[in-house]
Amino acid sequence: MSIYDVIFYLFAILTVGSGYLVVTSKNIVHAAFYLLFTLFGVAGLYVLLAADFLAIVQLMVYVGGILILLLFGVMLTNKVTDVKIRTGTIHIIPAVIGTGLLMGVIVSMMLRTNWKSEPGELLFTTTYGLGRILLTDYVLVFELLAMLLLIALIGAASIARRDNE
Amino acid sequence: MIEVGLNHFLVVSSILFSLGIYGVVTRKNAVMVLMGLELILNAANINFVAFAKYGNFGLGGQAMALFVIILAAAEAAIALAIVLNLYKTFTNVNVDEIDKLKE
Repeated sequence: MSIYDVIFYLFAILTVGSGYLVVTSKNIVHAAFYLLFTLFGVAGLYVLLAADFLAIVQLMVYVGGILILLLFGVMLTNKVTDVKIRTGTIHIIPAVIGTGLLMGVIVSMMLRTNWKSEPGELLFTTTYGLGRILLTDYVLVFELLAMLLLIALIGAASIARRDNE
Repeated sequence: MIEVGLNHFLVVSSILFSLGIYGVVTRKNAVMVLMGLELILNAANINFVAFAKYGNFGLGGQAMALFVIILAAAEAAIALAIVLNLYKTFTNVNVDEIDKLKE
């Protein structure tokens, strides 16, 4: 087992284990902090897959932005003075059966399919290449996403404070 | 144990995807449903990046993963605004109790 494999298994266990705790933990704040570890694990997997820029973006956008936003959501929609910020669960048994079947099917499909694997040459850093294709091949998507983010932020602000009109 | 290859990353992402689905269908609190959604989006992203490395397609897969992250940020902002509005209207955010669009 090479060092690469050991690091992969560490990050895989971190990702899947804390992902399991995210969906089973009863306390919402605990679940949000387990989500932090899942996102860190995914960033580690990105590094192993030679996506250094994406790993940094994952840390900055998810951990620095989305997770904070979710924590704000938790804090603003529960009475924080309550010691227990808990969430109920419904349909446990059908959900376990259904998602268990789904997981079995997807995992066996992923393992049985004979994926054609021919790695290209590993780039030393992807930032240059990503910036290049973002402004050439994908420039339309890039501009549309910029518009979408602007619209989403204005829309979110206006939805959240509609009653002040 | 065999050498880590494409299949290993795909299996990790499938497990993460199933956990996300489980979170979405079982949780009552709307914020927890959003956390399940984030897990699903991350699983899809792992697939994009894994195929980008092992498939010799250049950087297209990584660009798609970048777009997914941007969409996830927009989705989280809008969804949180809606959740705050729900809380103002119904004083709770349990998705199984909210079955009206207004009071």
